[in-house]
This record gives sequence, structure tokens and C-alpha cells, in this order.
Amino acid sequence: MGSTNSTLSRIPNVEELMQETGFTPAHIVRLYDRFEALDKEKTGHLRPQDFGAINRLAMNPIGDRIIGSFFSTGQETVDFHSFVRILAHFRPADKNRPKDPSMPQPVNSRTSKLKFAFQLYDQDKDGKISRAELLQVLRSMLEMQVTEEQLESIADRTIQEADLDKDDAISFEEFRKSLEKVNIDHKMSIRFLR
Amino acid sequence: MKWNRLRGAELNFNPFDNLLCILLGISFTVWFTLLLVFIIVPAIFGVSFGIRQLYMKTLLKIFEWATHRIERGAKDNNHLLYKPYSNGDGSNRDLDHASEFEMSDIFYFCRQGVESIMDDEVTKRFSAEELESWNLLTRSNYNFQHISLRLTVLWGLGVVIRYGFLLPLRVTLAFTGVGLLVVLTSIIGFLPNGRMKNFLSEQVHLMCYRICVRALTAIITYHDSENKPKNGGICVANHTSPIDVIILASDGCYAMVGQIHGGLMGVIQKSMVKACPHIWFERSEVKDRHLVAKRLSDHVEDKTKLPILIFPEGTCINNTSVMMFKKGSFEIGSTVYPVAIKYDPRFGDAFWNSSQFGMVNYLLRMMSSWAIVCSVWYLPPMTREEGEDAVQFANRVKAAIARQGGLVDLLWDGGLKRGKVKDTFKEEQQKLYSKMLTNLGSLR
Repeated sequence: MGSTNSTLSRIPNVEELMQETGFTPAHIVRLYDRFEALDKEKTGHLRPQDFGAINRLAMNPIGDRIIGSFFSTGQETVDFHSFVRILAHFRPADKNRPKDPSMPQPVNSRTSKLKFAFQLYDQDKDGKISRAELLQVLRSMLEMQVTEEQLESIADRTIQEADLDKDDAISFEEFRKSLEKVNIDHKMSIRFLR
Repeated sequence: MKWNRLRGAELNFNPFDNLLCILLGISFTVWFTLLLVFIIVPAIFGVSFGIRQLYMKTLLKIFEWATHRIERGAKDNNHLLYKPYSNGDGSNRDLDHASEFEMSDIFYFCRQGVESIMDDEVTKRFSAEELESWNLLTRSNYNFQHISLRLTVLWGLGVVIRYGFLLPLRVTLAFTGVGLLVVLTSIIGFLPNGRMKNFLSEQVHLMCYRICVRALTAIITYHDSENKPKNGGICVANHTSPIDVIILASDGCYAMVGQIHGGLMGVIQKSMVKACPHIWFERSEVKDRHLVAKRLSDHVEDKTKLPILIFPEGTCINNTSVMMFKKGSFEIGSTVYPVAIKYDPRFGDAFWNSSQFGMVNYLLRMMSSWAIVCSVWYLPPMTREEGEDAVQFANRVKAAIARQGGLVDLLWDGGLKRGKVKDTFKEEQQKLYSKMLTNLGSLR
């Protein structure tokens, strides 16, 4: 317990961080240890190469996109606060949260998780998943295993099913609608032991 | 007068003393007989009564119960007790019912990726592995709080059994095993060189290692024994703990490689080499790479000598020795027999954090765990191909070992090219996913 407190005191604005993300002190300490382990040169920031050093991430078909989601446009480094904020998307949703529409959505709500997944598809950030972007994701996930024609027919079918306003692209609302039966909280949550 | 009374007092105690001595004598005899019959004799002949398998199954049931109790207790108290979803091998539980591509399939890869960011196999390796089930050792569970009296009592009972019964038993066995090894190999050393000597030395080595295996209550499963290393080859295995040597050497005879230590280790090393040729280096010789390579290749060329056992990640505590062996063993140009060793963490953490614990401390921890359960896979032999240099060959062997053991392939040092290994694994992920999409069949 003593070591938890001493680590916490080294992190600036940790109270605010915990409020915003909902992580407990133990979780923050653990993520901080992890952040420090990744930050091999002890600069206090992570760069894309530091993420690239994680082997399991490197062999993930969409590893590059996941790394990209940590760095907002133009940024080349990510500090501990941003690191934690992104990871907070994967906290299991709080079941007892009162549904108050005037309060901003917490970062681990269903909508926020969906937005995170949406931006993995929508790389040019224009608010729509175009056919080309969908094809790119499919290609990363399947690459050598299928032919180009098969990829295109999968993409066509997916857009056909999800695209309601027939603009040949999937907007965030259409994305959300197509996933309304999916248990997002189950698929996009990571649980901690400790 | 006083003197007489004292003598009288003495006489009164004698019968009790005798009784005590007799009882102690009987219990020691019983103890040693049991030890002999159930442990040492089977070790000599390489037979097993199946006691350890039964033990393992019982333990697993108890652990399951203990885990359920903790989880229930945690829920009752509203403690946050989370578990990771993914298995270490990335099994596709979530994609089991995927038959067509769906937009949500990306979630699976996304979560896997973020999980690896949050907690990698690497950091897991360097701290006691966190278990999804609790094995009644507080050292492996940080969530242990007083949940129920029954659980605490069970844990206490576990402590008593482990330290009071199992530990002394194992220490006795360990001393027996090591002692026999030293004595018997020294005796064999007097025999003239020839087939008889080799045969006897093999038997003695196997027997003593088997006793040591029982001293650790190691339950080992060997797979693919047809690929066992042959004379004139080099056996390469991944390295988790100093126990790896005992585990491999109890199933086959190897020539060991290493630096000569002082003390007890030195005595063991000197007596072992009398019975059959092992390769021990003086401290000064270790730094000379050419000498090392020469001795290894000389040994390998002599087909009557046993296969060399090498752990490329290094067994020596001295880090410079690790560098020596890394490329050296792959430059020699003989057949390499890779072996993958994987420990089951549910029963006891075999990893040795050498910066935290010394060797004796580590052995004591091992001997006071429940058991050490591991699997050994003998992989098919590999040789260096045309146009492949030692480093690439080493990488290839390492990848094969990692893949078999379900181990995450960690590159030996950062300078090596990642290219080949990374693509192969990514392709496998893609292959697995493509198999899930059954509608691809109709499109073909």
C-alpha cells in the first residue's frame, strides 16, 4: 500500500485523471508501471516506436491502427495522461450510472467505445467509413488468405447492409445502428486482475 | 545420602527415555522405507506409480474451489476483482460464431491489441504471473484478503502441509539425489573407458536426476519423444529456470556445458566429468570465443559422445557467458535439436527472478510450492540452410521453439532484424481469422 501512494504522488494531476477516467488508484499505479516499462528512454512520453516494440501488438493485423489511435493528429508523442485516457475506453461500463443526458458521456460508455472503434475504420477522420477505407481494414485482417474479388464482395455486402442513406459510405449513426444488437461492453472491455 | 537419591531419580527416567528412543527409531525406519519404496526405487527403474498425477488432479479441484470462494467473496464485498479475457494463446472464443464478416469483428483484434499494450508477456515474465485461479500461495495472489474463515483455514493447512511435510521430504530427497550422483559417478570414474562405463554412467545420471525430479515434485509430460537428440547433435532449449537442466536430463543423457563453479556445484561438476565427458570451462576460458567454439565442435564430431545441452539464453549468472553461447552454438554446423519447455503456472511459479532471489532462496521456494508441472516438446531436428547465417538460423530455431510451447517469441537481442518472424505470426492470425469466415467458401 505504501508503494501505491508513493507512486501516485509522482504523477501530476492524478486526482483529476482518476475522476475523468474512473480508474482506481491501484489501476493507475499499474498503468504507470506499464507506461514506464514501455518508455525505455525515460523521456516521460511514448512514441510510436515504443508501441511497436510490443511483439503481440506487432503481429496484430490492425496493430498500426491501434497505435495510431493514441496519437491525435499532428502529435508525435503521448504522455501518461493521454495514454490513460485512451485506455479508459476499455474499462467495463459502470452499470449503475444514472442516465443523465445533460452530463457528458463518460469515456467508457457504449457510445464512446463505438466512437473508438469507428475511428479505427475511419482513418481520414471525415466522419464516414468509405468503401476504400473498409477495404483497407479487410485487407489488413485477411491479406494473403483471400483474393481481391472476395474482399470487394465482402465490402460491398457490408456497405449494402449498413448504408441506410445510400451514400456509399457508413456514417457513425449507421455504424451504431448496425451494431445495436452486439454486446459492445463485453467485446470492448478489458478487466484487471489486482 | 544425597548421591543415592540422585541415582534413584535417574533410574526413574530411563524407561521413558527408552520408549521415546524406540518410537523415534520406528518412525524413522517407517519414513525411510516409505521413501525408498515409493520414491527412490521407482526412480531407479524409471517407473511411476501415478501418485503425482493423482496429486495434481486433487490440487486442481481444490484450487477451483478456492477461486470460486474468492470471487464470491469479492462480489459480496463489492471489491473490484477483474480477470483478463484473453488466454495467453489468443484463442478465438469471441469469434466462434462468426460466419460472415461483420463490422464488429474488428473489436476482437482491437481488444487483443489494447490488452497487449496494457500488459505484455514481457512484464508478466518479470513479476510473478497473475493467475486467474488462486493456488493457495499468497505470493501469487495480490487480492488475498480475509474473505472467509474456511478459505483462510485451508490456506493455513496448505502452509502446514507444504512447509511441515513436503519441504523436509523434498530436501531429504534432494540431498539423497545429489549425494548419490557425486558418489556413484566418482566410483564409475575408476572403470576403464568402454561401453560398460558409458552404460553405467548413463544409468547413474538418469537415476539421480529422476530422484531430483521427485525432490521437486515435478510432473512432466514429454511429447514427441521420437525427436529426442542423438549423439553428435546439439540440444537447444528455452530457459525459464535452473530446473530446466534437471527436467531434460531425467529423460535423456546429455553432455552439459558450463563454467566451473566453486563449492558444492564444483564438486558435483568434477565428479560428473569423471563418469562421462562434459564440457566445463574455466572462468578465463569463457571469454575466448574461439576456444569455446573449438571445444564444442570437437565434442560434436566425436559420435560416441553424448549430445550437448545448451540454453542459448544462458544458464550462467555471469552475463558475458550468455553472449558467448548465443551465436556460438549455431555456428558449429551440426544438427540442432530444439526443445520447448513450458511450465504450468497454476501450481507454482518456476520463474527465477535472479535480481530478487538468490539460488538457495529460489530452490526453497520451489520446494515449498505444491508441484512443478511442465510440458516438454521435442521438435524435429534443424540444420543451417544455404545462405543462412548463424543469427538467422538461431532466430528460426527460436521461433520454432516459441511457437510450439505457445510462448511469445521474444527476440534475443534488439539488433536482429524482426522482418521474418513478425510476418509469419501476423499471417497466422490472418489465416485463423479467414477460416472463421465460412462464407468465403461459397465465393471461391
